[in-house]
Amino acid sequence: MTPDRPKRTGKYVIDGLRKFGQFREAPSLVALLGIVLISSLISPYFFTGTNIKNILTQVSIIAVLAEGEALVILTGGIDLSLGSVLALVSVLIGGCMKWMNLPTYLAVLIGLGSGTLCGLTSGLLVTRVKIPSFIATLAMMAIARGLALIYAKGIPISMFPPEFRIIARYLGPVSVLTLIMIGMCVIGQLMLSWTRTGQYIRATGGHEEATRYLGVNVDKVKLFAFAFSGFCAAVGGIMLTARMDSAYPNVGQGYELDAIGSAVLGGVSFTGGVGSVGGAFMGALVITILGNLLNLLRVSGFYQYVFKGIILAVAALSLSRGVRYAK
Amino acid sequence: MAEIPLVEMKGISKSFGAVKALERVDLELYHQEVLGLVGDNAAGKSTLMKILSGVYAPDEGEILIEGERVEFASPANSRSLGVEMIFQDLAIVPNLSIAGNIFLGREPVKNFLGIKILDKRKMIEESRQAVGRLDVDIHSTKLTSGGLSGGQQQAVAVGRAVFFNPRVIIMDEPTAALSVKGIKKVLELVRELKERGISIILISHRLPNIFAVTDRIVILRIGRRVGERMTKDATPEQIIDLMVGMD
Repeated sequence: MTPDRPKRTGKYVIDGLRKFGQFREAPSLVALLGIVLISSLISPYFFTGTNIKNILTQVSIIAVLAEGEALVILTGGIDLSLGSVLALVSVLIGGCMKWMNLPTYLAVLIGLGSGTLCGLTSGLLVTRVKIPSFIATLAMMAIARGLALIYAKGIPISMFPPEFRIIARYLGPVSVLTLIMIGMCVIGQLMLSWTRTGQYIRATGGHEEATRYLGVNVDKVKLFAFAFSGFCAAVGGIMLTARMDSAYPNVGQGYELDAIGSAVLGGVSFTGGVGSVGGAFMGALVITILGNLLNLLRVSGFYQYVFKGIILAVAALSLSRGVRYAK
Repeated sequence: MAEIPLVEMKGISKSFGAVKALERVDLELYHQEVLGLVGDNAAGKSTLMKILSGVYAPDEGEILIEGERVEFASPANSRSLGVEMIFQDLAIVPNLSIAGNIFLGREPVKNFLGIKILDKRKMIEESRQAVGRLDVDIHSTKLTSGGLSGGQQQAVAVGRAVFFNPRVIIMDEPTAALSVKGIKKVLELVRELKERGISIILISHRLPNIFAVTDRIVILRIGRRVGERMTKDATPEQIIDLMVGMD
């Protein structure tokens, strides 16, 4: 018992802060508000309508990838193949529309299907062949990139039909891309916190063996997470293709790192089990706003990599709440 | 006429690579019986019980429940037939809530716009009843399980096993990590469960505990069944001799 407490209101504020601090996503939210504040102080252009619109559009693709990545990390795995799968889906739908003259909806369905299939394959490598997810998805990263290059023969495909370009249009102040992102994130978060599948994803990451002992089909859970991650990469690929109105096989390099970074910045624990899609979305926003700020300040893209890396390391530091051992 | 055993395991063999963990082991468990399963380290006790709980599939042999042959593809199958196991490490998922742990694998769901969503209120309320019966100090089953003490975690594991009205509860070294008071509680629980008509298989290194609550003792040694004694006719010395092979 502390002997003297000056004011009761102070106590409530502190209790409130303490409660807030227990949320896994609290540091991410503080970081997000911090970077918004700093950005608006540094750059007068930050809070302009155009810039906000830009940020919301830019964050869309990364946030969708981060969502898939978050689910895989929650099961205790990792997916390194997101950027390559995104590129493969991009050239596939490009080829379907331009070379094979398939209807747009069919091209989109083929894209979603092949992305999901890539994820499913990674999942099968992990659950059936028992390859660690780092290696399995590293293999998928190489394979998907190679397939994209083979299929597109290294050439960009562009000028898509207008009904496909709708995906990159603006509906009033928000782009369709942003709406897709919001839809995907809301569905992902609801699934994670309100369904058995979501419960099993977190249980698998928390204590895989126990979850298995209690009769949960852990392999099916992992398979689902990887397939969903592939699906997210496909959605990202479709979004990016529409936005650029072109598809080329070298696109999306390093996107998996942004996705992993977003998840970690958003409080998704690397050991699995802890974190949320909402957190990963906040992490994606932080990364995007940081890039936006550096652009507004005309910082070269080369330096931006270094900045992102430092922010990520600091974030990981602030989230590690482990035990401190004696040396 | 002999009573049909509640559980009968016949000729169970299991190898892990070159290691033969079990060789043609038989085990039977009768209604409302407390069976002690003892043996030295690596005797195969936990492996045998993990086969009964559906974690491992046996290489050979069969399992009968009330005389009917069953096959467990997963622990979900054995649990649905009323076989629960309290694992040695308790199998608590630290990042899930207490309610989440108690219902893990059998979460109640309700229909929401055609989608099955978790019935969280039911989970929290019913899990409170489940741990409430066990007389432990747990404020809220919404809390995550990682911060619980060893005794509380065990209460959660026991609550999970008891909650779904099982016919058989397997306890793997339930007293290994407990205080003297905690051990007494577990032994009382075993007697109480037996009163309620549940059959129990108790694995323990502590012979005094085995002698305190069991009706019958089966002894394993290096993957084989080497003996069986009625507890009231046996002495700890006899059991130890069988465990280490001094017979």
